[in-house]
Amino acid sequence: MKRRNWTLRIGGCVAAVMVALILLGTVWTPYDPNALAGAEKSMAPCLAHLFGTDNFGRDLFSRVLEGGRTSLLIAFCTVAIGGVCGTVIGSLTGYFGGLVDEVLMRFNDSVSAFPNILLALVCVSIFGTGKYKIILVLGVLFIPSFARIVRGEFARERSRDYVENARIMGAGPFRVMFAHILPNVKTVLLSSVAIGFNNAVLAEAGMSFLSMGVQPPDASLGRMLAEAQGSLFTMPWYALSTGCFMVLLILGFSLLGQGLQEQEREL
Amino acid sequence: MKYYLRKLVTLIITLFVVSLLAFLAFQIVPGDAAARILGTEATPESLAALRHQMGLDRPMLVQYGDWLNQFLFGDMGNSYSYTMSVKALLGPKLPITFTLTAMAFLMIVCISIPLGVWQGKHAGEASDAVTGAVGQVFMSVPSFFLGIVFTLVFGIGLKLFTQGQFIHYDQSVSGFFGYLFFPALAIALPKSAMAAKLLRASVIRELQQDYVRTARSRGRKFSSVLRVHVLRNALIPVVTFLAMTIPEIVANSIIVEQVFTIPGIGRLLLSSILASDYPVVLAIVVMLAFLVVLMNFLADVLYQRIDPRIKVR
Repeated sequence: MKRRNWTLRIGGCVAAVMVALILLGTVWTPYDPNALAGAEKSMAPCLAHLFGTDNFGRDLFSRVLEGGRTSLLIAFCTVAIGGVCGTVIGSLTGYFGGLVDEVLMRFNDSVSAFPNILLALVCVSIFGTGKYKIILVLGVLFIPSFARIVRGEFARERSRDYVENARIMGAGPFRVMFAHILPNVKTVLLSSVAIGFNNAVLAEAGMSFLSMGVQPPDASLGRMLAEAQGSLFTMPWYALSTGCFMVLLILGFSLLGQGLQEQEREL
Repeated sequence: MKYYLRKLVTLIITLFVVSLLAFLAFQIVPGDAAARILGTEATPESLAALRHQMGLDRPMLVQYGDWLNQFLFGDMGNSYSYTMSVKALLGPKLPITFTLTAMAFLMIVCISIPLGVWQGKHAGEASDAVTGAVGQVFMSVPSFFLGIVFTLVFGIGLKLFTQGQFIHYDQSVSGFFGYLFFPALAIALPKSAMAAKLLRASVIRELQQDYVRTARSRGRKFSSVLRVHVLRNALIPVVTFLAMTIPEIVANSIIVEQVFTIPGIGRLLLSSILASDYPVVLAIVVMLAFLVVLMNFLADVLYQRIDPRIKVR
């Protein structure tokens, strides 16, 4: 009997619910996230306001959804940039090998030795902050990790029989790489996408928490946590609800990634 | 011996390249030291004169050589924002961040190793599943949020410390360590969960080896086999992981220092970035980069020491 992959199931469900909530937030939120309501200042969570309200009477649930949207957008773009560039670089170097492969991978190793947030801080101090700059900086910083994984897979697959067969049938290198090998490394790629998502949400939240990331008027979970910290004594629910929302988002993607890895191992 | 020599040469080359890259990166930012000193009253002539005087009109690589030479002898230039040398600015903050990092690292070791072994020993039981699930959640909690939760529970709720009232080691050594306890724990818990998970998998793998059965059949107690034989082998991947987490701990401490308002390197780095105080940013970045490279070197060497099977290339 096949063992059930609970990590994948739970992760998939949590990630799906969180993404669905955030997507719902783009078309509908219970209240206007920026509407001030003097009569409803600093309310504890209740049925009308699930996460409570902040010191301006703004509904926190609506604001968390909006912040989650920014975080998700940044994570999505980051992973898209890192994933696409990393896959192209990794597949080319892994398939062809040679000196370029050697040099690029050495460079890759040294870059990935540095914590993401440190490199991102350096880039931000040179190029400045803002939503699009963060996407670009994080996207570029995520390339090495994808390139390394894809390279490893391609280097292993290229000596397999099916690749040899395709080559004998007259398929060109690009056809072999993208039509034959790529579908076989799909699961590995998917799991690194999920883990990349999780890291991107973490990195963005950290940067925004330090006010080095997303700038107002854009909402972000990290920024909201920084704000919430100031009113921890009077409104603990602000920090707790924002933080828990973020943890669930990260947890969902990290479980999803691990579940996909487990599945790959069992195959 | 040849192995270490080769590694050492690579280490020096990497340090050289990393410092060069960092130096050049901060050359592309607009506005140099001369422009900062003269401010709005600068005329093109006075700017050029001061640049010449400060040696800023020389080729980039010559400036780098000069800077590196001074840096290696402990002279890191002067801060733009404060009328102080970077060295004097960093001096009192380094021990604080160092203590925080060291405490967090010790906690990771003390939590993850017993936990990982225990989980590996009880693999498949309910207790293993429960601790595994809790660990999984901790892995997903960013340390700054954990810091906020600690402030709420232990600071505001139980009044074990007052957030924002950092106690300097000059005032009270025990107070200093006491204040750093929760920040260090906030950094340590997520990493401990990761290390424990790694160790658990490693212990399970080792327990299936033949040598365990042999030792058991010769009458050794399970606990002694676990302690003497299994742990030694199971720790190999974990030691490398631990060495590699040190840079991560430092990076996390930058954020956690902000949560607990600890006047360490991290807060200085952030305020310097916001104030565009590049000499300070450059000095901190290069120091952290050196730390990363050194830890990688250490991980390689340790890896080779504990497992001689690893090919010496």
